[in-house]
Amino acid sequence: MSELSFTPNEMMTIAASRALRNDDVCFVGIGAPSAACNVARLTHAPDITLIYESGTIGTAPDVLPLSIGDGELCETAVTTVAVPEMFRYWLQGGRISIGFLGAAQLDKFGNINTTVIGDYFRPKTRLPGGGGAPEIATSSKETYITMAQTKRGMVEKIDFFTSFGHGEGGDHRQRLGIDTAGPTLLITDLAIWKPDPVTKEFTVVSLHPGVTREQVRESCGWVVKFAEALDETPAPSELELTTLRDLQARTKAAHEGTGKAKAA
Amino acid sequence: MVKFLPLKQAVAENLNHGDTAAFEGFTHLIPTAAAHEAIRQGFRDLTLIRMTPDLIYDQMIGMGMAKKIVFSYLGNPGVGLLRRARDAIENGYPRALEVEEHSHAGMANAYEAGAAGLPCAVFRGYRGTGLATVNPNIKSVSCPFTGEVLAAVPSIRPDVTFVHAQKADRKGNILVEGIIGIQKEAVLAAKRAVVTVEEVVDNFDDLHPNLTVLPRWTIAAISVVPGGSHPSYAHGYYARDNAAYLEWDEVAADREKFQAWMQANVIEKSADDFAGRVEHLRKPT
Repeated sequence: MSELSFTPNEMMTIAASRALRNDDVCFVGIGAPSAACNVARLTHAPDITLIYESGTIGTAPDVLPLSIGDGELCETAVTTVAVPEMFRYWLQGGRISIGFLGAAQLDKFGNINTTVIGDYFRPKTRLPGGGGAPEIATSSKETYITMAQTKRGMVEKIDFFTSFGHGEGGDHRQRLGIDTAGPTLLITDLAIWKPDPVTKEFTVVSLHPGVTREQVRESCGWVVKFAEALDETPAPSELELTTLRDLQARTKAAHEGTGKAKAA
Repeated sequence: MVKFLPLKQAVAENLNHGDTAAFEGFTHLIPTAAAHEAIRQGFRDLTLIRMTPDLIYDQMIGMGMAKKIVFSYLGNPGVGLLRRARDAIENGYPRALEVEEHSHAGMANAYEAGAAGLPCAVFRGYRGTGLATVNPNIKSVSCPFTGEVLAAVPSIRPDVTFVHAQKADRKGNILVEGIIGIQKEAVLAAKRAVVTVEEVVDNFDDLHPNLTVLPRWTIAAISVVPGGSHPSYAHGYYARDNAAYLEWDEVAADREKFQAWMQANVIEKSADDFAGRVEHLRKPT
């Protein structure tokens, strides 16, 4: 097992997939979370309920969707509901166990910015914005975040609060009347992080195989804290790697084929 | 009462300069043909509402038709950014663009409130977000029973909504299925609604009784435009043209390239050209 070669991104996706349980009801963000959620479904969590914000509940796509509303999500879903129902009954109603989000910019308290770089009214870069994320972050029972580490992405101070994590840390969520747990897990391409029980600052609890503390520090914009008992993330198994690579190969073929692969 | 009209006429009769217009469809059934017809007719000073502006609003903004957009996700889904919209917001090109930004939950609730004839929507949202501080239309109310502080946004009431759907029957009732998104709410919230459809069938007699059907008296005009939502898709008819979404990223990155593309693919074309664009995306029968 230990001789299998894998990329940091593959390790990230697989480590993220392992955090999901068979009985989870997971609201899936597009991109990295989508790959992780589907690897979980195709390996250890076959009965997991995956929900995309287009209204598809209990979906099981054969290829990863390019958008959150690809036809395959609907074709393989248990049911498809209207968008207002999705956000009102299913998310706001408290039926989501895990909200799984990606981030353009993240701070150490799990606050996410996907809206602007620079000032909101005079943006240096206008990013897509929040979509479903602002309410996923506060209405899901807890949230997981996954992103590849860069100094630009993991910053001391985000430019805009698109999705609220732990705010300034501590009991900030409770002070705003938010009764859900918020970010409980961060999976990067180098490590697994969990919030400190009191300060809520993300702390490295496990390094991926071959990763050093230095590497984690160098690719993170805040001063990194490490847990006293630091684990090593188990390397991907052959099944996990094969599942992920097959999924990505099918996805690539389908998207480049202008739908031809799907129609065949 | 609903009229079956050529798209050119349906758009001319229902859209005006300065209107507040929603061209809806959540990734699925995006009314591209209607948007392109609006572009050809050169409407100006529009307030454009759409949860996910997508390619059609990138195109309308790039052509200088919009004075304001109301949205909740300004991306090219799965690809990245909308570069014409960015150019307008960051550089005021080709004209300055006013922005009213929400979350999906906020817009979905606001459309639903519009359909329900309410002045505003109340829901649990925007907690701890920056949007609540930069958008004056995001306010809060206290529940009169529990005291819980909830978000409030004004309902969405467009002058006109355009949607694409799978089928109309001969009387003009409309069937929508698959990812139904916000279609029904957007139609019922608007003063007028125009629907493009893939085809017209004799009747809906054999359908499941709970399918989403918009009765004909909720619609102003119907135009038959096969392929009319390309490069989005129509469930049961043709798949999403993901390659076209990837290609758009390059087209929209450059002002001149964008203009040339619009000239060749929109200005010099008509609604009749859509059917050919989805031929390779249809499933074999």
